[in-house]
Amino acid sequence: MLRLLKLELQKLLLNRTSKVLIFISFILPFTVLILSSIKINFFGFFTLELGELGIFNFPIIWHITTFFASYFKFFFAIVVVSMIGNEYSNKTIKQNLIDGLSKKEFILSKFYTIIFFSLLATVLISLASFFIGLYYSSYTEVNIIFRETEFLLAYFVKLVGFFSLCLFFGMLLKRSAFALGFLFILYIVEWIVFGLISWKADMEIAEKIQNFFPLKSMYKLIDQPFQRIMITKFPDNGDLAYDYGVHASEIIIVLAWTALFIFLSFRLLKKRDL
Amino acid sequence: MDTILTINNLTKKFGYLTAVKDLSFTINKGNVYGILGPNGSGKSTTLGVVLNVVNKTAGDFHWFDGNTTTHDALKKVGAIIERPNFYPYMSAYQNLKLVCRIKGVDYSKIDEKLEVVGLLDRKDSKFQTYSLGMKQRLAIASALLNDPEILILDEPTNGLDPQGIHQIRSLIKEIASNGTTILLASHLLDEVEKVCSHVVVLRKGEKLYSGRVDEMISSHGYLELKADDTDKLVQFLEAKKMFGKIKVEDGLITAFLDEPMDAKSVNQLMFENGITLTHLVKRKESLEEQFLQLTDNN
Repeated sequence: MLRLLKLELQKLLLNRTSKVLIFISFILPFTVLILSSIKINFFGFFTLELGELGIFNFPIIWHITTFFASYFKFFFAIVVVSMIGNEYSNKTIKQNLIDGLSKKEFILSKFYTIIFFSLLATVLISLASFFIGLYYSSYTEVNIIFRETEFLLAYFVKLVGFFSLCLFFGMLLKRSAFALGFLFILYIVEWIVFGLISWKADMEIAEKIQNFFPLKSMYKLIDQPFQRIMITKFPDNGDLAYDYGVHASEIIIVLAWTALFIFLSFRLLKKRDL
Repeated sequence: MDTILTINNLTKKFGYLTAVKDLSFTINKGNVYGILGPNGSGKSTTLGVVLNVVNKTAGDFHWFDGNTTTHDALKKVGAIIERPNFYPYMSAYQNLKLVCRIKGVDYSKIDEKLEVVGLLDRKDSKFQTYSLGMKQRLAIASALLNDPEILILDEPTNGLDPQGIHQIRSLIKEIASNGTTILLASHLLDEVEKVCSHVVVLRKGEKLYSGRVDEMISSHGYLELKADDTDKLVQFLEAKKMFGKIKVEDGLITAFLDEPMDAKSVNQLMFENGITLTHLVKRKESLEEQFLQLTDNN
């Protein structure tokens, strides 16, 4: 396993483009996080301190940081897609197989890399949230700090699922740009199907089905936190209440998609003549 | 003798096109094999199948004694297919390090093999800065990293200049002299003739010949003759049964021998029969002529 991971890391870290993209996808969310946590003085007119809003309180901070950090996954998605695209355009995939890497090992080396970077991102985001939380949070009791850390698990599963989808599109289309385009098309298709179902049946059924779609199911893992912030500000407003929790069913759906994407990538490579 | 590769009734179809048809041959340790065939005769496809990058349609093949999986066997094989494929942004050393990781070979081999192909002083240059000849030599270094039992080369001199071709050929000969089995696919006949001891001839995916190179050139050779009286000479040749096919072209007569005969006895025979030759050359057919005959007539 370590051998396969090292193999892929060598391919990635010696390539300047992917090195820069990996750097951005890890550093940018932190910069944003740290910038937003400091007091910003707008030329003496007013001071903006997001910490004052209570968004850095435990346990809501886990929800907020993971939600925003997951937007930066697109940078690493480009890396994932291009790590397949480059193998095809340089024909190194063929050479790798001839040199004695099996098709299974080839897919696994990509998958381990995805796991590795997702884990790294999760660890970094949890450390950052933890320290910012310690600094700003009004509550620092141990059981409050570690409440809702399931958002970190959700974040990890979400990244792995999304990158596996990218891996599959990369394998399917062999070209990075097409694969990224396909991600966008899938997003639109999901909404069209949702629209059709809610038009033919009703909204409630459509929403239930929509939760099983690949992109939507990944999004559902960490629901948007805005409403939750509103609730904490105006607790009387009952109709704002919604289910923002991380549910086992949501995780299972995404894990099932992940397994399917990896399996399909392997099948595709196995059937293909290079 | 140890077998390295056995192919039985291998068939590969790409849609309607049959690229390889019912092909069988065996490769034994220690010989230099050539796979000959015009472009599109299924050479690369055959190699692709045994190297696990092309899926076979029917038939089977096995490496070594048949108890090793293809995946494990490939770690004891060195192969280059068509063009050298490396990561352009990595240096030669880094590229070979990656291959070492795949094959599970110690990194100390890298410098040793770069030395063999004469690229040691350029080992830290990026692959994209290499000339085609250097790329091809790097590919050979990469294929040699694991000290393979068999080295498979597909058109190794394709697209190279004369110096490059010469360098690669002497490299191949050097490797062969160390006892490494070599399988060389090529459409260049003189290349195969110069380097190989055994040959498999393919055309449209079918095997036309397989065996030793010198046995393939099985005829007794032919004579090129000229005399002042061409007609008389032709009549004489046609009367004798030791001469087979006779061709006349611009006064030059080509007579194929059906029996072994040297130039001296030909000359004597002619003189005794009152024919004075102005030109006499005895030639062996080259692999090229033999190959063209094989591929045309069938």
